Amino acid sequence: MIWDWDWTLEILPGLLTQGLLVTFQATLGGAVLAFVLGLFVALLRRSRRPYISRPVGAISEFIRSTPLLVQLFVLYYVMPDFGVRMTALTTGIIGLGVHYASYTSEVYRAGIEGVPKGQWEAAIALNLPRHWTWISVVLPQAVRRSLPALGNYLVAIFKESPQLSVITVVDVIGLARELGSERFRYLEPMTIAGLFFLLIAIPASILIRRMERRLDT
Amino acid sequence: MITINPCSAELPGALGETMPFLCDGAVITLQSAVGGSVLAIAIALPVGLMATSRHRGVRAAARVYMEFFRGTSVLVQLFWLFYAMPLLTGFQLDKLFAGILALGLNLGAYGSEVVRGAVRAVPRGQLEAAVALNLSPFQRMRYVVLPQAFVEMVPPMNNLLIELLKATSLLSAITVADLAYEGRLLVNSGSDQLIVFALLLAIYFLLSYLITLLMRFVEGRAARVVGRERPRRRAATAVEAAR
Repeated sequence: MIWDWDWTLEILPGLLTQGLLVTFQATLGGAVLAFVLGLFVALLRRSRRPYISRPVGAISEFIRSTPLLVQLFVLYYVMPDFGVRMTALTTGIIGLGVHYASYTSEVYRAGIEGVPKGQWEAAIALNLPRHWTWISVVLPQAVRRSLPALGNYLVAIFKESPQLSVITVVDVIGLARELGSERFRYLEPMTIAGLFFLLIAIPASILIRRMERRLDT
Repeated sequence: MITINPCSAELPGALGETMPFLCDGAVITLQSAVGGSVLAIAIALPVGLMATSRHRGVRAAARVYMEFFRGTSVLVQLFWLFYAMPLLTGFQLDKLFAGILALGLNLGAYGSEVVRGAVRAVPRGQLEAAVALNLSPFQRMRYVVLPQAFVEMVPPMNNLLIELLKATSLLSAITVADLAYEGRLLVNSGSDQLIVFALLLAIYFLLSYLITLLMRFVEGRAARVVGRERPRRRAATAVEAAR
């Protein structure tokens, strides 16, 4: 028998509690940051002043075209030079959040563009101030339309969070690597860690597909 | 005219120090990106078509593959292939090969979804007309469905190829000497961090941009083959389809 059940049972609790906890922290932190930052990026990109909209657009395009891993390196190695000291997990959450904000801003943009023109015209006809038009008419509809796509990105952030293990965050995968290197035996910890991701990501994406269908009708 | 070799060690200052190594890395990155995308496309076409099949069993097989490989990220699959699988099967994959395999299998699953969507988007009337003209199933695919589906596939494929390029950086985690690996090595051996990382990001951005240029060209050609104007860009929807 290749598979070592005794060892599996020994490492399972640690992976389930300590490892998954860090993974969930990274996912939730990254997602909240990405969702908030993405909305601001989307709004700034719609600005009528080109000296605001152009650079914001270019930066977000640049972040989307370069690997998250390299961005994490930049944050992890360069930030301390400027006197900013953070834990690896915080660095990772900022990296995930900023990287995925460049994706979620596109989602919000599509959502904002999907708000019917009549809604804008009605707001003007009611003499609503511009910021009230955004807050009470446009954004609630735009965000609602964006929810399924944002859900997909939540799952994407969850799945990509193991990249933080490369900058020494001990998440599920980081812990699995540690456990494996103790015995030079990676089969059990890596398989368990992989199964975690499958068992959470697949039901989650099925759930989101259901939500999508429901919002459509 | 003076030509400047961007990889030469004679460049001034930190550039001459770092660029030769980064160029070595860029070659490995390109190799894994090309290898990964060839494998991904080779998987995506048949599996995507299987997912539109009339037979339930065939569809289910395609679904299982797609859900399985989209359920975890490239990094997890890479670690599993490289660290865990040797114990189970008894043979160790070469690290670059393991990397290309993980990239191809993962992005192939996303690509299958793109192929499936594009084939389903071909209007029903086209297929009915092909049946009415007594074309064989193979001819219907080859001359009617695929050329039209191909035009639809290109923009989301563009995004997937950029995702694939970005994912090649993960190969550095299993010590493949790609761009990210060389960059990290340079930083650890004392080169100026800011310059190395700026160059790294710039090279990755340049490669992504090259992919976009190439795919726009392919899209224009594909659209002309089926007698269409080049479709307008739909950045937002394309990004969503890539997920």
